[in-house]
Amino acid sequence: MKIKQKLRATLLAASIAAIGATSAQAQISDNVIKIGVLTDMSSLYTDLSGKGSEFAARMAVEDFGAAKKGMKVEIISADHLNKPDVGSNLARQWYDVDKVDVIVDTPNSGVALAVNQVTREKGKAFLVSGAATAALTGKDCSPNTIHWTYDTWMLANGTGQAIVKTGGDSWFFLTADYAFGHALEGDTEAVVRKNGGKVVGKVRHPLNTQDFSSFLLQAQASKAKIIGLANAGGDTTNSIKQAAEFGIVKGGQNLAGLLVFLTDVHSLGLQTAQGLILTETFYWDANPQTRAFAKRFAAGNRGIHPTMIHAGVYSAVLHYLKAVEAGKTDDGTKVINQMKAMPTDDPLFGKGSVRQDGRKIHPAYLVEVKKPSESKGPWDYHKIRATIPADQAFRPLSEGGCPLVK
Amino acid sequence: MEIFGVPSQALFGQLLIGLINGSFYALLSLGLAVIFGLLNIINFTHGAQYMLGAFCAYLLLNNLGIGYWWSLALAPIIVGITGVIIERTMLSKLYKLDHLYGLLLTFGLALIIQGLFRNEFGSSGLPYRIPQELQGAQNLGFMFLPNYRAWVIVVSLVVCLATWYVIERTKLGAYLRAATENPQLVQAFGINVPRMITLTYGFGVALAAFAGVMAAPIYQVNPLMGADLIIVVFAVVVIGGMGSIMGAIVTGFGLGIIEGLTKVFYPEASNTVIFVIMAIVLMFKPAGLFGTQK
Repeated sequence: MKIKQKLRATLLAASIAAIGATSAQAQISDNVIKIGVLTDMSSLYTDLSGKGSEFAARMAVEDFGAAKKGMKVEIISADHLNKPDVGSNLARQWYDVDKVDVIVDTPNSGVALAVNQVTREKGKAFLVSGAATAALTGKDCSPNTIHWTYDTWMLANGTGQAIVKTGGDSWFFLTADYAFGHALEGDTEAVVRKNGGKVVGKVRHPLNTQDFSSFLLQAQASKAKIIGLANAGGDTTNSIKQAAEFGIVKGGQNLAGLLVFLTDVHSLGLQTAQGLILTETFYWDANPQTRAFAKRFAAGNRGIHPTMIHAGVYSAVLHYLKAVEAGKTDDGTKVINQMKAMPTDDPLFGKGSVRQDGRKIHPAYLVEVKKPSESKGPWDYHKIRATIPADQAFRPLSEGGCPLVK
Repeated sequence: MEIFGVPSQALFGQLLIGLINGSFYALLSLGLAVIFGLLNIINFTHGAQYMLGAFCAYLLLNNLGIGYWWSLALAPIIVGITGVIIERTMLSKLYKLDHLYGLLLTFGLALIIQGLFRNEFGSSGLPYRIPQELQGAQNLGFMFLPNYRAWVIVVSLVVCLATWYVIERTKLGAYLRAATENPQLVQAFGINVPRMITLTYGFGVALAAFAGVMAAPIYQVNPLMGADLIIVVFAVVVIGGMGSIMGAIVTGFGLGIIEGLTKVFYPEASNTVIFVIMAIVLMFKPAGLFGTQK
């Protein structure tokens, strides 16, 4: 017992020191625009957001030319450990003590929903790129939040619809058991049913599971044509890898990775990942601008090419700074209104807009993972099968149930 | 036929899967039990050493073209040697102190090793393929059993039982056990006790690395692969009884099965069920199921 108590005290001291370290570096004056990148720096979402998101934010500040315009912009970052309580505490501390003006990124829907709430209370600004739940522009929408890159409705509609329409009409869900997984499962289920398909079963696994064989066996027994993976990051790669081992695809069932990132494909290797269908709003090899961005990004980020989350952070921070410049204020609510009033335009997502409910609108791509023979080398993984136009990619304004929409 | 609403065929499959996962728990908890039983060190670096084994296999393959079979032998030796170095340079200074110091040292080491690997290799993991000879699967009627998983179960059973036999039934094992009870006396018989203890730690670490190589083709080779597992494995060791070799093996397999069944009946609880069992066992048998009160 004594050992455990001592250990607990030691761990507590260590974690307090760690939290302190992230905040100690900043002293504030009010003519500084302070951006806080709140992300996963140590666990399963690190590669697809993490340090790369911080780097993307720095690129945006640089490209905006803040220094030349005489604007002082600071960026800090912290690890939310995928825990909503840690995330909301960090957000509070950033807003109250460290005078952070805007929080960006925040993968993990559970954490994002918590920070969404805190940001609204404090009248600051929250630009979500990493989290997926469409509730952020639905029942939990806020005048202080913009949901930038993608959401569960878009994923469900893009991937789900494409699969149901090509004959995949009975589904079994493998769902990560937290806000994001539930949202993605729910949205996809709605799409499947709307298009005449049915859901024959589902199983909810804890976040960050290593072994999926038991769940895959249940999916196999269900005889569903499609096994929908409503999870992300390491959970998705492990599911796909082990599904191959258990001969799921050979047995005639197909996998639908509802949220698969470029980094996941890289981690799986094309041999395992080939043929997967997925939806994303950014692919680095789409045009000369995106390629130029990817080259700069990879150079500063261990060679990792940008995921749509990284691109979204860049684009969101750029538009935020433009809005601050135009509105001459960094008051959270006012900047968000300014961001909604101005059309968006950047090299990665092209022209777009931000809707009243906080939804950023741009096209989405339905892509297929290349065969090893089609790929020219590392990171050449996706081929774009179809483009979903901006006005169809996201949930219609009227269907979200956002109280801000009148 | 159905059992609690689950077709019995599906249930057999789940039992088998549980047994396979249990093999990893058993292999890892065995190493921990050996180290704790003979050195009295709570080796928190075990998860990191398991990860090192998997990475070793990955690096051997991608840098030197050395495949799975050789890795199975080489990775435990390489990681075992790093274990020997850790024991000689650090752990050996701590034997006279409270358990807590060994725990903190190994815990710190684990964090450092994992941090370094995460910085270098990221968190999404690296691919490692199942060796050619073990690809494919058998249709058992009630389930589809990948050949590789069958191999895992067989190998870990053999390794576990061999280790148990060596420690509990041979002369070498007797020396080892005697050395932990009374090192001075054993030394007086002309046996080099410090060297024996160093090699024992190296062996325990090699077992972790061996499990890592076994795991590489199934799970992604990931810097954090040991971090979550180690907590579960500690629970296994505590339930089995700290230091009990047989306890570690039996509870490893047993808890794998219980966890597997939880994944069928109430999947949301599958990562907590082991800790619930641990709490219950500690309430009624504080020394663990197979442990003896000292």
